[in-house]
Amino acid sequence: MNIEILGISVLWIFLFGYILVGSIDFGAGFFNAHGIMTGKQHILSKVIQRYLSPVWEVTNVFFVFFFVGIIGFFPKTAVYFGQPMLIPGSIILILLCIRGSYYAFESYSSRGHKGYASIYGITGLLMPAALSIVLTISEGGFVNIVEGQPLLDYKALFTSPLTWSVVLLSMSACLYISATFLTWYANKAQDFAARNLLRKYALIWAVPLVISVIGITVELKSHNLEHYNRMLDLWYVWAVSALMFAGTIYFLIKQTKFGLAMGLVIGQFILAFFAYGISHYPYLMYPHLTIYDSFTNQTMAITLVVTFILGLFLLVPAMWLILKLFVFNNDYAKGKEDHHA
Amino acid sequence: MANESAVFFSRLLTEFTLTFHIIYATIGVGIPLMIMIAQWLGIKKNDEHYILLARRLARGYVITVAVGVVTGTAFGLQLSLLWPNFMEVAGNVIALPLFMETFAFFFEAIFLGIYLYTWDRFENQKKHFLLLIPVAIGSSISAVFITMVNAFMNSPQGFDIVDGELTNVQPILAMLTPSMPTKVGHVLVTAYMTSAFVLAAIAAFKMLKGSKHIYHKKSLFLFMKLGLVFSIATAIIGDFSAKYLTEYQPEKLAAAEWHFETEKGVDLVLFGVLDEGTQEINYEIRIPKFLSFLAKSDFNGEVTGLNDFPKDETPPLYIHYLFDFMVSVGMLMIVLSLVYVWGKIRGWGFIHKKWFSWLIVAGGPLTFLAIEAGWWLAEVGRQPWILVKYMKVSEAATSSDHVGLMAALFGVLYIILGIGSVIILRRMFKNNPVEKELEERHNEDGEHK
Repeated sequence: MNIEILGISVLWIFLFGYILVGSIDFGAGFFNAHGIMTGKQHILSKVIQRYLSPVWEVTNVFFVFFFVGIIGFFPKTAVYFGQPMLIPGSIILILLCIRGSYYAFESYSSRGHKGYASIYGITGLLMPAALSIVLTISEGGFVNIVEGQPLLDYKALFTSPLTWSVVLLSMSACLYISATFLTWYANKAQDFAARNLLRKYALIWAVPLVISVIGITVELKSHNLEHYNRMLDLWYVWAVSALMFAGTIYFLIKQTKFGLAMGLVIGQFILAFFAYGISHYPYLMYPHLTIYDSFTNQTMAITLVVTFILGLFLLVPAMWLILKLFVFNNDYAKGKEDHHA
Repeated sequence: MANESAVFFSRLLTEFTLTFHIIYATIGVGIPLMIMIAQWLGIKKNDEHYILLARRLARGYVITVAVGVVTGTAFGLQLSLLWPNFMEVAGNVIALPLFMETFAFFFEAIFLGIYLYTWDRFENQKKHFLLLIPVAIGSSISAVFITMVNAFMNSPQGFDIVDGELTNVQPILAMLTPSMPTKVGHVLVTAYMTSAFVLAAIAAFKMLKGSKHIYHKKSLFLFMKLGLVFSIATAIIGDFSAKYLTEYQPEKLAAAEWHFETEKGVDLVLFGVLDEGTQEINYEIRIPKFLSFLAKSDFNGEVTGLNDFPKDETPPLYIHYLFDFMVSVGMLMIVLSLVYVWGKIRGWGFIHKKWFSWLIVAGGPLTFLAIEAGWWLAEVGRQPWILVKYMKVSEAATSSDHVGLMAALFGVLYIILGIGSVIILRRMFKNNPVEKELEERHNEDGEHK
């Protein structure tokens, strides 16, 4: 393994971390808002708030880690992605600012405020949609080099069915992951009304998830045949991922083994995410940028890797502590303890 | 070719973001230390008022930290969206502190989450207090790393450019630039100073509004003492900054001081009005030979004037006012807090008079304005460079269209978040005044016993 692959692997792992915890976070906000609007708030909001409150800021750091890391390891991405992404990137940031701020406003000061909860619920759900644009752009065909400057072709992007399939995937995956996680968490908290409702949501959102995956497969074949073929080479990974998906659905329908169901969701998305990433290799953006021609100098690369390893010594125990205290702690999840400042 | 409107609006949007974010960032760096000191005093003196102070501060801090985190995220990503050519170089040379900052950020976020949700969970208060230490360290270290990047922009080193190619990159050397120690020190102590004076202002305001509770008196005295310590530290580090500028960025110093001809025994010019054509200054306050002293520690030292630099490599001259305002506020706050603390010890009556309390209240917003003036001075004073002597702002900017529209959108966003956070904080503390909370706590304790 060379250092370029090491760099992209580290970033890809953290991006997966963001997708996982971010999906749970954004989905939870959406379900909370949806509950408020449909009068089911009393069922959902307690379990959602208990999970979300201590961890939302950590979620955000995964995102920062990714975009800071990619500039560090692959500085040319600043030009090839930074410049074309001006408008989509700004929209992401505006959504993120509203979502984070209004989340805090609602939960720390105006609990149950319908306006605030709706604002952060909706902006949160739009986040994955806006973020998914980056992956679409990386497939190539949307960024043209004009006089040496990479510029985004908005018309091509927004009229492409691929774009909209990816948007659908991002939103339904977000809600599916979140609902399955919260089903497990509610079950742990022995909040069965919430569990049953969330279980229903998970099953509902599995449907658009499947449709969007089929849509993307079809669209990618005509949009980027090279990538499509490389994805087919990894058919066995996709097959295992699909089996895991089927397993989750089975357990959700049978109303049993929610922990295992959540584990299978994580497995399904890890496999899919890495199969996608590996088949994308070596391109960061078809056909302009690969991980090799955008890589930083060797000194910086080694320094970053060493820093990363040292950083993990701090990060891993700290992460373990917060998970133990709030996610894997039955008393906390049940709401037996309230120790907020 | 550089897209001139994109350059202009990129600068404008960055200015918006910095101006807004720095308010929350300053609070974010300073307040954890204040909470720590309050909680520590509470534990040591076994005084419930200090404990409650820490607890209420932590509650308000969550709101400011949320806005600080999201606008900081916006700032970080905007650097790549608006200044892609600069970030390509930055990624190659100064990525290390940026990367390390994310770890500090992780650390802070994790322990803040734990700290906030574990009040009264431990039998031993000290254990809970210990959780705050990583929060305070994490937030201050974040500021250190980010300021290192800003320092690098002012005094870049740790790389060579041969035939337009970056070579010989030394990441550690790039972090430890000549401007780093003074900048980092200045950012840290001013954050502590501003936070202390803002909290003192709030306590003074509460007392002016008729609250006689001892809680506010303790809070006011504590934060005036802390403000005094950190404002003196600010002045000392500010002096080192002047000496740094003299040596490494003399054009920045000369522009800030309206010093045009290289000469010995230069006067320090405060305020005044400049005729840029004739370089004539009117209505100013002059302190004889003092600029030489500040720059060189010698009243007859020679200070390089602005006319010795190429015209297109010097910053705009209005930064003089930013500089003077910043320094004046700093000096005022030293005097104000010194008089208060000394008066408190000596039992002077006038420090409890209404007019004096209003001065302390004014100190809160004034120190924030000084922070803003300081950052505008730092950034505008570096013009036309984004990376001094290597890259101009106009070469670094994006060539995308629609930057103006984005600047407008973010402008609206920041106004909404600014107003929103103020409303939320007011509501939070108004609905739950100190007196009520203390009473509730006593009732609860009664039930337990």
